Amino acid sequence: MNLLKISTNNLKDKPLTTSLSILLMSLGIAIISLLLLASKQIEEKFTRNVAGIDMVVGAKGSPLQLILSSIYQIDSPTGNISMEEANRLTRSPLVKSTIPLSMGDSYQGYRIVGSNEKYLAHFQAEFETGKVFSEAMEIVVGAKVAKNLGLKVGNNFSSQHGFDKEGNAHKEKEFKVVGILKTTNSVLDQVMITPLESVWAVHDNLHEETGNGANVLKLLEEKQSLTNEHHGEEDSKEITSLLVKFRNPVMGMMMARSINQNSTLQTATPAIEINRLFALLGVGVDALKWIALVIIIVSGLSVFVSLYNSLKERKYEMALMLSMGASRTKLFLLLLLEGLIISVVGFLFGITLSRFGLWSMSENVEQNFHYDFNVLSLLNEEFYLFFGALLIGLLAAAIPSLGIYNINISKTLADE
Amino acid sequence: MISTQNLTFAYTPDKRFDFPNFSCADRETMLILGKSGKGKTTFLHLMALLLKPTSGNIQINDQEISRLSVSKAADFRAKNVGIIYQKPHFVHSLSVLDNLLLANYLAGKNQAKQTAQHLAESLGFAEHLSKKTTQLSQGEQQRVSIARALINKPSVILADEPTSSLDDGNCLKVIDLLRKQIQEIGASLVVVTHDQRLKDVFEKRVEL
Repeated sequence: MNLLKISTNNLKDKPLTTSLSILLMSLGIAIISLLLLASKQIEEKFTRNVAGIDMVVGAKGSPLQLILSSIYQIDSPTGNISMEEANRLTRSPLVKSTIPLSMGDSYQGYRIVGSNEKYLAHFQAEFETGKVFSEAMEIVVGAKVAKNLGLKVGNNFSSQHGFDKEGNAHKEKEFKVVGILKTTNSVLDQVMITPLESVWAVHDNLHEETGNGANVLKLLEEKQSLTNEHHGEEDSKEITSLLVKFRNPVMGMMMARSINQNSTLQTATPAIEINRLFALLGVGVDALKWIALVIIIVSGLSVFVSLYNSLKERKYEMALMLSMGASRTKLFLLLLLEGLIISVVGFLFGITLSRFGLWSMSENVEQNFHYDFNVLSLLNEEFYLFFGALLIGLLAAAIPSLGIYNINISKTLADE
Repeated sequence: MISTQNLTFAYTPDKRFDFPNFSCADRETMLILGKSGKGKTTFLHLMALLLKPTSGNIQINDQEISRLSVSKAADFRAKNVGIIYQKPHFVHSLSVLDNLLLANYLAGKNQAKQTAQHLAESLGFAEHLSKKTTQLSQGEQQRVSIARALINKPSVILADEPTSSLDDGNCLKVIDLLRKQIQEIGASLVVVTHDQRLKDVFEKRVEL
C-alpha cells in the first residue's frame, strides 16, 4: 500500500474518463512529436545532400524544380543545356569544381544519373562490392536500389525513358552493374550512377531508331548538329545540369546573377530555394503544431474536470483518510500523482504512436520518392515535450486538488 | 482507557453542548445514549480529536489530549483511536484487504497482512478480502469497518451508531464481536447511539 497504488487504483476505477484523458494527451503528443521528427529528418536529409554545392546551373525554368531534380532527384529536370556552355562555366577562375549531371532515364522507377567519378566523391561514397565505372554502359548502383531491386555486380539491364516504370525501354543497349555502393544516407542511395557517355549512347540509339526523313524536326536537328560539328564531338552533347562549387561564394553570387541575365541558362542557389520550400511547408507545420497544442490543453482540461468531479464525489473518502492519519499534503500529492500518471502514460503512448506514424509515412514516402526516414531516434525537443506534458498534467491536477486543504473533516464525516 | 471532564463545545454562541463526565477503563464498554440533536456525533468527534473542545479535558491512557496541535492530534488519533462510523465508508477503488492495510499505511505502521487476515477470519469476511467493498452487503461492510478500526490495535474504539442500519440479529452479533475484539487487544469501547436495543446489553451508560 502506498500513494502510487492508491492513485493507480483510482485511475483504473474510472477506465473511461482515464482513457479519454490519456488518449487526448497522447494524440497531442503524437502530432507534435511526429511533426518534430518529420521536419527534423527532412531538414537533415535536405541539408546533407546540399552540403558542398553552392549553385546549380540548368535550363531556364523554376529554380526550385532545378534544385529538387538535380540535388534531390525528386522532381522532373527542367531541360537540357549544352556541354559547351557547361565547360565554359567550369573553366571560369571563380569556379572551384563542377559536377555534370544528365538525367532522364530510369530502371524500375529508380533514376539513372549520368555523371562522373566526382559525383561519387562528392558524397564520399564507398563500395560495398565491385568498383567504379571505367567505360560507357557500366553502372554503379546505390545501396537502397541494390537492396530493393536485388541487383548484384555483373547483372545486366536496359533502362526506360522517363521516370515511370511504364516508360519506353531502350532495349538495344544494356547497362552492366560494376559496383554496389555502401549506404551514404544521401540521395546517392536511391540512384544509379553511370558515365555521361552511357546516357549519350543510349539516346543516340534513339535517334537512329526514329529513322531518316520520318520526322521533319529530327531532320532539322540533324542539320544543326552537322553545322555544329566543328566544335568537336564533346561540345555538341547535352547534359541536364551542372553542380557548381565556387572558390569564393560572394564572387560566385555575382557570377550567378550575370548568368541569369545574359544567357539561356539559369542558376539556382540550393540554400535559398530550400529555405523557400521550408518557409512554404512551415505554414502547414505551424498550423498543425497549434492544433496539437490545443489537443494537449484539452487533455489537461479533461484531467482537470475529471479530478474536480471526482474530488466532489470523493470528499468523504478524503475526510476518512484524513481521520485515519493522512496529512493534507499527502492527499494533495495523491491527486497530483493521478495527473502525473496520465501525463506520463499519455506521453509514452504518444511517442510510440508518432514512431508508428513516421514508420508508416516513410513506407509510403519511400515507395513514391525513394526517401527513407530514420525512425527510432529520440529528439531533444521531445524531452521538452515530456516536461511540458508533465507540467500540464501537474497544473490540471493541482488546481482542483487544492480543495483538499479546505475539507472540514468533522463536518464531512458527520454529514453523510 | 479514556475519560472526559467538563467537556463543552460551541459551534456558535447559541448552539452549545455540555457533555457529561465519564471514564471507561481498558476492556470496558461505555454506552452513550441520546436522541438526535443532542450532540452525540459532536461528543464522539471531540473524543476522536476531530474537533477541539471549547473547554474541558480528555485523557486517553492518562495523557491529556484536548490541547494537542492539529498534526499531533492526527498522529495520536491514527495510532491510539479506532473509529467506526455510522455508515461504513471506504476508499472506493481499493479492495477490502487494501482498505484494511490503508489504516496501517496512513498511521505510519507496518502493513500487517497477517493481522488483517486474522481479523477477517474472526469477523467472518475472510473470503471477501480481495473483493471491492461495494460488492459486500451492508452487514459485511460494517464488519470490515470494525476490522479497520481494530487493525492498528488502538487503546480506544469509538463507534458512532454502529448498529443503526442493522436488523436485530446482526445488531447483537456486531456488538458481541466488538466486545470480544476489545478484550483481545485490551482497548476501551465507547458506543454512541440512539439505538434503544443496546440499552440492556451495556452495563455502563451515560444519557445525553
